[in-house]
Amino acid sequence: MTQDAPRHPGLNLGRHHPEAHAENEKLMFGFWVFLMSDLILFGIVFATYASLTNPMGQAGGPTPRDVFSLTSAAMQTAILLLSSFTFGLASLALKYRQPSLRAWLAVTLLLGLAFLGLELRDLVQMVADGAVPQRSGWLSAFWVLVPLHGLHVAAGCLWLAVMLVQVTLFGLTTQVSTRLARLSLFWHFLDVVWIGVFSVVYLGGLA
Amino acid sequence: MTLETGRKELRLYVIGFALAATLTAVPFAVVASGTVPRDVSGWVIALCALLQAMVHFRYFLHIDFSRQKREDLQLVLFSVLLLAIMAGGTIWVLANLSARMMP
Amino acid sequence: MYIALAFVMMARAIAEAAVMRLQQALALDGGFLSEAHYAELFSTHGTIMIFFVAMPFVTGLINIVVPLQIGARDVSFPLLNSISLALTAVGAALMMVSLVIGDFSTGGWTGYPPYTGIVFSPGEGPDYWIWAITLSSVGTTLTGINFAVTIYKERAPGMSFMRMPMFTWTALCSAILMIFALPPITAACVMLALDRYLDFHFFTSDLGGNMMNFANLFWLFGHPEVYLLILPAFGVFSEVIATFSGKRLYGYASLVAATMCIAVLSFTVWVHHFFTMGGSPYLNAVFGAATMTIAIPTGVKIYDWMATMYRGRIRLTVPMVYALGFMMLFVIGGLTGIQLANPTISYQVHNTLFLVAHFHNMLVPGVLFGMLAGYTYWFPKVFGFRLEDRWGYVAAYGWILGFMLVFFPLYVVGLLGMTRRTYDYTTAAFQPWMIVSAVGAGVVLFAFAALVIQLVRSIQGRSALADTTGDPWDGRSLEWSIPSPPPAWNFAVLPEVKDRDDFTRQKEGGAAWNPAAQYDDVELPRNRAVGVIVFLTGTLLGFALVWHVWWMAAAMLAMIVALVIWIGFQGISTETVSAARVYSVDCDFLARKRAALGKSAASGVNTVDPVGRARA
Ligand code: HEM
Ligand SMILES: [Cu+2]
Repeated sequence: MTQDAPRHPGLNLGRHHPEAHAENEKLMFGFWVFLMSDLILFGIVFATYASLTNPMGQAGGPTPRDVFSLTSAAMQTAILLLSSFTFGLASLALKYRQPSLRAWLAVTLLLGLAFLGLELRDLVQMVADGAVPQRSGWLSAFWVLVPLHGLHVAAGCLWLAVMLVQVTLFGLTTQVSTRLARLSLFWHFLDVVWIGVFSVVYLGGLA
Repeated sequence: MTLETGRKELRLYVIGFALAATLTAVPFAVVASGTVPRDVSGWVIALCALLQAMVHFRYFLHIDFSRQKREDLQLVLFSVLLLAIMAGGTIWVLANLSARMMP
Repeated sequence: MYIALAFVMMARAIAEAAVMRLQQALALDGGFLSEAHYAELFSTHGTIMIFFVAMPFVTGLINIVVPLQIGARDVSFPLLNSISLALTAVGAALMMVSLVIGDFSTGGWTGYPPYTGIVFSPGEGPDYWIWAITLSSVGTTLTGINFAVTIYKERAPGMSFMRMPMFTWTALCSAILMIFALPPITAACVMLALDRYLDFHFFTSDLGGNMMNFANLFWLFGHPEVYLLILPAFGVFSEVIATFSGKRLYGYASLVAATMCIAVLSFTVWVHHFFTMGGSPYLNAVFGAATMTIAIPTGVKIYDWMATMYRGRIRLTVPMVYALGFMMLFVIGGLTGIQLANPTISYQVHNTLFLVAHFHNMLVPGVLFGMLAGYTYWFPKVFGFRLEDRWGYVAAYGWILGFMLVFFPLYVVGLLGMTRRTYDYTTAAFQPWMIVSAVGAGVVLFAFAALVIQLVRSIQGRSALADTTGDPWDGRSLEWSIPSPPPAWNFAVLPEVKDRDDFTRQKEGGAAWNPAAQYDDVELPRNRAVGVIVFLTGTLLGFALVWHVWWMAAAMLAMIVALVIWIGFQGISTETVSAARVYSVDCDFLARKRAALGKSAASGVNTVDPVGRARA
């Protein structure tokens, strides 16, 4: 399998490294498979959430209208989408070896942290309102679905921080570049999952 | 690997971002307005979400119909099929159950 | 220096052996027990058999055989491989710990709430079950990813998908099932844990919980799981039947198609495990019909195997005995499955011993015989000597006879209305059948002992049983073209594949014993201690969670995160084997092989010719 065009845009490993390419192909493909497995995990939690979003599942406790804020959801959505875009810019900077790489990564990290901050604020507010997971089946599902995504974002932020260190220490070695490429898949993937979250949980709940 | 192609790629990211932002804004606006009937807004939300997911895959995750992407595309489509079976099936089974438990 | 791969295989074999011994010890205790003790026994038996015997056996076999069959040096991600193994071992270790410290769950291998919820089972039992399964399920998912990438990306030049050996095809489908079917059980277990630890309400009977969602999620995993186990067994039988019939596998394309069909269909039938939930007739009919369709590709396979044997030169070796036993018994199990797929029948016999007989009829002649056949078939490849025959035959016929004696009576008492998981009964009519079944259990135990004796005898007589040619059975696929045991780099030169049975092609074309034109340096991954660390932290993590030792759980989680980051800062460490070394090892092997073959031809005695040929 020899291919001329680099298979993964956002990566520039040079043409004379067939072995690095093969290794990278394996890693990228494996990571895709992992993401798809993760997708199924999210799908299961989504389905559970959907099946508990009804009066029986809410067991006379709070309903979406009582606890969600459309404004906050919109802000989180905007921030995460923007961070996807800035990661795209980082990928371009990586590909064309531009010095702006680290800056874009740092911006993405800050946006990720801002997203987490907002989400945390919402969750704290919900606890204050008594919308705790122990209250009903529906709230249990909410408290697994949204924080599960949040945990993924947190892991992404940690990974970003580590990569910032590695870029600084090691420069753009093959290993560092392929890791950044995988991180970008992860980050964009989380944004796709978030489409599900804001559509099903927030918009679906408030419509 | 010229600056030319770099510009083109940047443009793709911008297009993707613009499309995604629009597809986000529409359902939010529909819900915020509060005037659209529930079943209509439900369909709008679902349709926009589906389209937006496709936009993300195309412009951010670079999945397309080109030959080099064939494997990744197949993988994603297969996963989505299984996702539909598993998540859709779960919702069906449990909805069926709760319908039959209604007094 | 031993390579990482061999290390993984050995560790896995040891883990398997330990787990099997544990299992056998438990099965012996079967009778004369208190109700709670009996419940603990069937729970551990089911859990161990499925998750810690069948799964590691299948995974281990794939791990050993697939790289050899596709002409690869190793799996794609050796480090990930050792981590997955460690996680599976963590689960097994938790099972063992539960023997000594505290009690195991009494909720069966399916662990249904609300019975396993905190209200009805306040003890630590279900927690052991939850964490053993959760941690090992993560390991299995990672293994699946590893296998899928290996099969996609590591095939030797020229090996297109339609030239892949059948076992590799089934391994690919199993890997797909590992990747997509494990997330539901991981999710269900974590939700159950949250219910138990933090008073969530996923599956409780109050405050909006829905316990049927657990059954739903469990079988969303559970049904694909049974096919995950059976498909590689099908693969083993395909290889064994083709080799010992001396014929090309009949209907290769239809076997591939059937395997894929089964893999996908297995995701569409899970509701047949809870028809009695009370879903609408329409829902049950849809899933009943879907279940019955699985019989079609399965039937295709049976016919393909029969057609392969038809007019072949059949050698009745030990693996072949298992294969024949499998084909006859498995059909019976499949037929009872189709009966159960009819919701009206399921309503009658669900959770009776009829059901128990059905699934053991699939799992024992199917999965277990498959694994034993594979074990006998590939043992010489891995260890360089064959397993002794006589005790092998004893074990094989013993298993077949024992199986029939144990489980056929269960069909009858099941139809008479005896429920599963009963530790005592009052209907005298059951008793004669139960006695037959117990005698059968004795036979099975004897068959297992025969396996142990066979292994001991074989090790003692290993020089007489040595496999110098690397091809003891007159095999057809690439793994038989290399020395037994294979060198750390597997293939001296990556083969150029031109045919489905490529090694047969090489042998017939006389190309099988020639040295390659050119040898290159080989890079091998270095052995690392990561697996051991993951095993230790994982086990402590599980233990801490079971006993609510929060500081320890937190510390172990932090350790794992730190470990991942630490690995990120290490370079990939490899070592290089020089071309000269590879060349000399290969020449040695080829010379030995030529000598062995030449000698037998000269003396006219079939001493080293493939086993069974002389008899045929
Ligand atoms: C022709 C193929 C098959 C059909 C039509 C089939 C059908 C069924 C049905 C309908 C049930 C549920 C019965 C009830 O609970 O009332 C069942 C249970 C089961 N089957 Fe099968 N089956 C097939 C193949 C297999 C295979 C290949 C395996 C394993 C390798 C297997 C393992 C099991 C297990 C473990 C259970 C039940 C476990 C439990 O409840 O604890 N089956 N099968
Ligand atoms: Cu089933």
